[in-house]
Amino acid sequence: MLSSKSAKQHLAKYLKEGLRYDSRELDEYREITIETGVSSTAEGSARVKLGKTEVIAGIKLSLETPYPDTPENGNLMVEVSLPSLASPEYESGPPGIDAIEFSRVVDRGIREGKIIDTKKLCLRPGEKVWNVSIDIVVINNDGNIMDASGIAAMAALLDTTMPKLEGDTVSYKEKTKNRLPISSWVVPATVHKVGDHFLVDLTCEEEEASDGRLTLAAKEDGRIYALQKGGDSPLSKEELDAMLKLGLASGKKILAKLKEVLK
Amino acid sequence: MMSFSKRIDGRSLTDLRPMEAKVGVIDKADGSAYFKIGNTAAYAAVYGPRQMLPRFMQDPRKGVLRCSYSMMPFSGMGERVRPGQNRRAKEISMVTEKAILPVVDIEKFPNSVVDVFIELPQTDAGSRCAGITAAALALADAGIPMKDMISSVACGKIDDKLLVDLRYEEEAFEGEVCDIPFAFMHNSGKMTLLQGDGAVDAESLLNLFDMAKEAAEKIYEVQKNALLDKYKVEGDLDVEQ
Repeated sequence: MLSSKSAKQHLAKYLKEGLRYDSRELDEYREITIETGVSSTAEGSARVKLGKTEVIAGIKLSLETPYPDTPENGNLMVEVSLPSLASPEYESGPPGIDAIEFSRVVDRGIREGKIIDTKKLCLRPGEKVWNVSIDIVVINNDGNIMDASGIAAMAALLDTTMPKLEGDTVSYKEKTKNRLPISSWVVPATVHKVGDHFLVDLTCEEEEASDGRLTLAAKEDGRIYALQKGGDSPLSKEELDAMLKLGLASGKKILAKLKEVLK
Repeated sequence: MMSFSKRIDGRSLTDLRPMEAKVGVIDKADGSAYFKIGNTAAYAAVYGPRQMLPRFMQDPRKGVLRCSYSMMPFSGMGERVRPGQNRRAKEISMVTEKAILPVVDIEKFPNSVVDVFIELPQTDAGSRCAGITAAALALADAGIPMKDMISSVACGKIDDKLLVDLRYEEEAFEGEVCDIPFAFMHNSGKMTLLQGDGAVDAESLLNLFDMAKEAAEKIYEVQKNALLDKYKVEGDLDVEQ
């Protein structure tokens, strides 16, 4: 693999001419493939591919005690794992900071966007609520795990049906026809800054050359529910504006794609 | 209690569940495979041979084969499975290594490690066997020198019936059940994995050995075809199908 400095120089040189290694436009995503129902054991699941990047999201539902500050709402948990299977760079062990950041940004978009109607997940206030666990496992890392994870999480939520209840026991083998209550859709879109250029959906190689990034999770109307600046480079207001525009436009395209697949 | 009479999916006692296999499914890996049998599916990725770290684990005489089995958190039949290596996963990783090591020419890679990572997106019994079958395929896809192929399947006994490739409902049958995972080398016909869970007599076990070996041959055909799908050269008519 190229050292970070020479990779950066090489990519920057290409970018000055508006070129990417794979000849995409700067605002162009790789081919997005979305498939649902990919795990028979999950209550809902989805596989998302962005070019060679591949992730699987699975939803598990369980009955739990609600948190004391939200006694009438169901619980949500998001965990992205980067298993050694998916990249020579991933090490085994507890989640590293990358996985934690991906998890938390996906979580914030879904939680703050009130994507799941958690009030409808309450069986008895203060006692029993549904817990929604969203697990996202990377199968192959060729960059932009952030967006792939968020898209997969959203698609898996939309695929989810409630398991049957027998009293307070979940009967996992019997799925009902009731869907998980979803009120709206959100997806993250990440914009990177490389030199003076802004681009989306970076491959691993391109990510190595990134100076900075901004992830936003937005709904169709353009409202943003999660933000995360990453990378070392400080940003000016003009740069933020440019990145927001590109991010929002990208989010819209992804939502349209999601709609087309899951309608 | 009902006695066991017929399989719920209509299979005969010696039928395997439907299988699917593909190699080269993970671009970042040096070799990879996907293997599905019924509702049990496994991905396997091979990285290496690469330098063994930490250094004190290096062996100057031969390389090390290191396998890791992991269930995705949503891959269990019931509640979410906590990620990370629990005791069960560690034991399965260890027996996976031992099931495959006899066919890998590990002497060729001193101080190195060949890592095999197995991840299961959904399981319905027989997950270690699916993992081993996928892992052996991924090693072949990675071009790691191998003396033979490994194919793995679980067989069992429910009441007085011997049967191949149990699914979850069969493992969970209320009567007397035993479940025995096997792995076999294709050419030598020798066994590289044997575990057992539940009561069995020696005579039944020897019969199960024969049934498992026959079933493993069917799995081998699926593995061979997956490799041929990727590596068969156009116009290469000498490859025996």
